[in-house]
Amino acid sequence: MEAMAMMPYQQEQTNHIERPIQHRFSPYDFNGGTVLAIAGEDFAVIASDTRLMTGFSILARDVPKTTQYTTNTVVGSCGFHGDVLTLTKVIQTRLKMFTYLHQKEMDTSSVAAMLSTVLYYRRFFPYYVYNIVAGIDTEGKGCVYSFDPVGSYERETYRAGGSASSMLQPLLDNQIGMKNQEGAKQVPLAKAKAVALVKDVFTSAAERDIHTGDAVCIHVITKQGTTKETYPLRRD
Amino acid sequence: MKTIVRIPCVTTTSISNMAACAELPAGGFVFENCQRNKFLESQGYKVPKAYKTGTTICGLVYKDGIVLGADTRATEDTIVADKNCAKIHYISSNIYCCGAGTAADTEMTTQLISSELELHRLNTGRQPRVCTANRLLKQMLFRYHGYIGAALVLGGVDSTGPHLYSIWPHGSTDKLPFVTMGSGSLAAMATFEDRYKADLSRDEAMKLVRDAICAGIFNDLGSGSNVDLCVITKDKVDYIRPYEEANKKGVRQGKYRYDRGTTVVISSEVKKVELEVIDTEVRAVPMET
Repeated sequence: MEAMAMMPYQQEQTNHIERPIQHRFSPYDFNGGTVLAIAGEDFAVIASDTRLMTGFSILARDVPKTTQYTTNTVVGSCGFHGDVLTLTKVIQTRLKMFTYLHQKEMDTSSVAAMLSTVLYYRRFFPYYVYNIVAGIDTEGKGCVYSFDPVGSYERETYRAGGSASSMLQPLLDNQIGMKNQEGAKQVPLAKAKAVALVKDVFTSAAERDIHTGDAVCIHVITKQGTTKETYPLRRD
Repeated sequence: MKTIVRIPCVTTTSISNMAACAELPAGGFVFENCQRNKFLESQGYKVPKAYKTGTTICGLVYKDGIVLGADTRATEDTIVADKNCAKIHYISSNIYCCGAGTAADTEMTTQLISSELELHRLNTGRQPRVCTANRLLKQMLFRYHGYIGAALVLGGVDSTGPHLYSIWPHGSTDKLPFVTMGSGSLAAMATFEDRYKADLSRDEAMKLVRDAICAGIFNDLGSGSNVDLCVITKDKVDYIRPYEEANKKGVRQGKYRYDRGTTVVISSEVKKVELEVIDTEVRAVPMET
C-alpha cells in the first residue's frame, strides 16, 4: 500500500502538550471613554464622552473624563477609571502646593511637564490612563499635549485618545491637518467650526464604537476663561 | 498492493431504490481541520476573527401565537460592523428563528435547516412542525460539539399550536413560554420575568417584546440600533422590520463636501476598447400619424 506523504502538522501531533494556565488577578480594568482636543489660534477645545462602562455593561451615562485644573488648563483622562481618579487627585494636590508656594497658577506647558514626571514615577506599575492636556500657553496661543500611560508627551495641534481614537484621528488628520487633500489651504480654524467638528466626529464615533456614547462634554478654553457644553449622543 | 472493492448496487431509476444504495452520512464529529489549524497557528498565521452578533434576541408565546424580537447590531469585537442586520431568519412559512453568536454560523445553520425542512415538507405533504425544526437544529449543533457558535430562539405555529424553543450551541434545547439569548439576554429576561403572564393580547405581547429588546439595546453594549419583530399566528406572519428605530444618528453640523481636484490624480491613460459587432438588427418603427 502506498504510504501517504506526511503533512508537517501531522508529524508535530505528539509534540503539542496543553500546559496548565495560571489565572492571575488583574489590577486593571478598561472603563472606556474617548477624549479629543484641538488647539486653535487663540483658543483650545477639549471634549470627552460621558459614558463609563465595564465589559459589556454600562456603569454610568454622565461621567465626563475632563477635569479643569487651572483657569487656563483642562485635562482629559480616560482608561482605567480608578487610576483616572487617583491621578486627578495627585495632580490637583501638586497644583495646590505650587500655587501656595509661588502665589500664581501653573501654566499649561508646566502642567504637561509635571504630568509627565508623575506618570513616569510609576514606570513599573503604570497609571492605565491616556491623558490629553489642553489650554492656553504663555503667549496666548492654544496648545494641546498628548501623553501615553508612562509619561511620553508631545505638543500637537490636535489629538484623539481613548477607545475610539483610531476612528477619530484619521478624520482629524484630514479635516484639520488637511492631509490627503490636493491644493487645500491651511485656514486658521474658527472656534464655532472646531466645536461643530467635534460634535460631528463624536456622532460618528458613537455609531461604530460600542464604548462611546450617551453624551459629549465640550470645553472651550480662551484667555478669558473656560466654557462647558454638553451635547447628547446615541445611548445604545 | 491494489485492492478492488465491489460495491453491490441495484441499478434502477426508482427513487426508493436509489435511497437504499446511496451512502449514509458518516455520523459523529469530524476533527480533520483541528490539526491543520493548530499547525497554522504555530506558524504565525492569525486565526480570522469571527464576526459575532453580540445580541439581544427573545421570544414569547401569547394568546394567538408567537412574538419573536431582535436588535439589529452586529459587532466585530468592540466595533459595530453592521448597524442594521436582520437577525430573524426564515425557516418555513410558519416558523422563524432568531440567531445570536457567530453571524456566519447562525445564517448558514438556519438556511441549511430551512432547506432540509422544505424537502421534508415536500416529502410528507404536510406543514412542517416546530419540533421537527428543533430536532434538526439540535442534532446538527451537537454533531459539531459547540464549535458552531449559534444560539437560537426558534418559534412558530403548526397544527399542534404555538411552540417556542431556545437552542444552545452545544445542542441542548429548552421548550419554554418565554426565552432570551445573546449578550443582552439578562436585560431582556429581567423585563420578561417582571411582566410576562400567560395569554397576553397581541398588542401587550408586542409591547413586552419591544421593551425587552430595548432593555438589551440600552443596557448592553453588544446590542443596539433598531428593534425587529416577528408575529406568527396560525393564519399569517407579520415580519416587522424595523418595528422601532430606537436610535437615530445625530444630525451633522458641518459640511464635508470636497472641491473638485482635491483627490490627487497621479497619472491618467486613455485606452481604446475594441468592441465586436455580434448582431445587427433592422427594425421597422411605425410612423406617428
